[in-house]
Amino acid sequence: MTPNPYLWLVPILPLAGAAINGFFGRRSSKKAISTVALVFCGAAFAMALFLAAGFSSASAPYYLDLAHWIRSGNFQVDFSFYLDQLSLVMLLVVTGVGFLIHIYSVGYMWDDDGYYRFMSYLNLFMFFMLTLVLAKNYLVMFIGWEGVGLASYLLIGFWFTKDSAAAAGKKAFIVNRIGDFGFLIALFLMIKHFGSLDFTRVFAAVQPLSPETAGAGLLTAIGLLLMVGAAGKSAQIPLYVWLPDAMEGPTPVSALIHAATMVTAGVYMVARSSAIFERAPMAMMVVAIIGTLTALFAATIGIAQTDIKKVLAYSTVSQLGYMFMACGVGAFSAGIFHLMTHAFFKGLLFLAAGSVIHGVGGEQDMRKMGGLRVYMPWTFATMGIATLAIAGIPPLAGFWSKDEILWKAFNASWVYWLIGVITAFITSFYMFRLMYMTFGGEYRGGAAQDAHGHDAHGHDDHSHGHGHGEPHESPWVMLGPLVVLAVLSVFGGWVAGYNNHFEQFLAPVFQGASDVAQEASPEAGKSTLEYLLMVVSVGVAGLGWLLAYLLYSRRPELPARIAASLGGLYQAVSNKYYIDELYAVLFVKPLVDGSTTILWHGVDQGIIDATVNDSADAARHVSDRARHMQSGNLRSYAGWIAAGAAVVIAYMVWMGVR
Amino acid sequence: MVPLSYYLLLSGILFVCGVLGFLIKRNIITIFMSIELMLNGVNLSFVAFAAHWHALSGQVFVFFVMVVAAAEAAVGLAIIIAVYRTRETLNVDQVNLLKL
Repeated sequence: MTPNPYLWLVPILPLAGAAINGFFGRRSSKKAISTVALVFCGAAFAMALFLAAGFSSASAPYYLDLAHWIRSGNFQVDFSFYLDQLSLVMLLVVTGVGFLIHIYSVGYMWDDDGYYRFMSYLNLFMFFMLTLVLAKNYLVMFIGWEGVGLASYLLIGFWFTKDSAAAAGKKAFIVNRIGDFGFLIALFLMIKHFGSLDFTRVFAAVQPLSPETAGAGLLTAIGLLLMVGAAGKSAQIPLYVWLPDAMEGPTPVSALIHAATMVTAGVYMVARSSAIFERAPMAMMVVAIIGTLTALFAATIGIAQTDIKKVLAYSTVSQLGYMFMACGVGAFSAGIFHLMTHAFFKGLLFLAAGSVIHGVGGEQDMRKMGGLRVYMPWTFATMGIATLAIAGIPPLAGFWSKDEILWKAFNASWVYWLIGVITAFITSFYMFRLMYMTFGGEYRGGAAQDAHGHDAHGHDDHSHGHGHGEPHESPWVMLGPLVVLAVLSVFGGWVAGYNNHFEQFLAPVFQGASDVAQEASPEAGKSTLEYLLMVVSVGVAGLGWLLAYLLYSRRPELPARIAASLGGLYQAVSNKYYIDELYAVLFVKPLVDGSTTILWHGVDQGIIDATVNDSADAARHVSDRARHMQSGNLRSYAGWIAAGAAVVIAYMVWMGVR
Repeated sequence: MVPLSYYLLLSGILFVCGVLGFLIKRNIITIFMSIELMLNGVNLSFVAFAAHWHALSGQVFVFFVMVVAAAEAAVGLAIIIAVYRTRETLNVDQVNLLKL
């Protein structure tokens, strides 16, 4: 490992930006705020590029021990940073996409009263995310882990005067806390059994353990607990419920935190812990199964959503499922590859959706959009590219990464592959459904207000629409990032291309891992089978597109009829399988009721308050009685003196004091 | 010879009468007289002890007490007259302006 004195600059720069904007932003001009936020975020990006420039797949990892933190006997944890090929990929994605979204936010949030607050939070998020990515041990990673949770909470609840936003922020925070609980226990197990939290030392301690030896139970436990943490942060079953609600936050937040970077932290953590997972086949299987189920489950919910951001939210959950599926079958580099391409096209999708929402004056319901390709050609073009990418149409980014995952999944079990392909079909369908509903047909906003609905109305109709008037294209400060991300969505997948360049780049990181599980991996070129599978996955993507075209472009009246004929099933899907309601009954209600009756009324009011109040009452009652002695009536005092004297005399007489 | 305990018993009765009168009565003059009664109850026990022990100091004390009581009576009666002139009452419960 090579020491590198510059590593700490990467996370600290955005923190400086956050501090400056947070403390002085209220009195600064918006130009100054934007400059500070962009300069510090851009500097972090520049630092990342600088570090990347001297880094290849053969490089030894960089590290930096910044300061001592905990020194207790043999156990020690330092503030130390670490950069290897895996961190570098994450670093570039986080700073690169983050910087683009910072630029976009300048346009999107310009008119908001809390502009300085927003920019400060964004920079703060960058700081924590970079800490997470660059950590050299699990505890520093945990700082970042919790910190991004905090930033996420602050940004989801950014419009905190809105009840739903405040509630969504709390929900995200609490659900994440459940996952963090698992993560923490995994850390405690590591401290107890390996005596360290440092990545290199933990993995070195794990190295001699094989799945057959006695240590396997421990590794399985650690792996499962880490997965609990990852499921919370990366919105997997059963903890995914917070992510769709998180769409209450401003759209750049959804793009940055809830699509491109933070939610992929769980994938990163699992990939980082690959040495542990590889030696715990049970935990691996659980990861794969959870990922696969989440991918399918979330995708089906995505079909019936009408809120443009909700569709993308469920799509994100589903794509994260893919990544976990990849990690679960041992294809960590494929998972990270999909993480990267997903950051490009999903970030782009959210930003484009934000551009749409911006253009139509805050409307998020796709049923009130339509025909926007005429008004917003740039948004349409970039979002179209992202849609092609996520659907897996070659040669765009999503095709390469998704195909890689499906191929690796097929090698593990055809069941994963089959569910993956079905998910790919659904993904393609709901994404093109979104495209047709938003950009195809005619504009339904405004006109929907008069009872005729959207039929028989021409383009000139919305002149008497209310509110914002015509939909309009967004300013260039917003379109610029869209275009850059669109380019990345097209070409981002080519780094992996045919020659598995990406996998080779990450090979040093997953070296230990691949010894165990990947020995059967067919590195010897592409077989006919792989091409066949590729054709199948492209085929289903095309099929999904075709179906969406038929249903939402050719026969727009058909979906409603299909929905009606499906009845209960459609209701269930449209209402997200009533999972929120189920959780409310299973967990929230017992917790609230238990807290109310036992903890609040019972313990707090019955015991704690009662003790204090009763002793105070008793003191007051006694005092109430005693108060009458102090009447101010001279003769009653004299009476007391006489009585006292009588008592003393009686005592002396009877007790015989001499 | 009358035994000492008789004197002391009478002295105690006189003193208790004085205390009760002081506590119960409202009229200032009655209260004043009750105080005199208490003083004289004590005086009685002083002289009784003095006679019993053949010591003169008890009798000397009684003279002191009588002197002080005479002075007190002079001042006290003057105050009572002053109070009656201003308030036209001798009920102590109505002379409580200084009470908080």
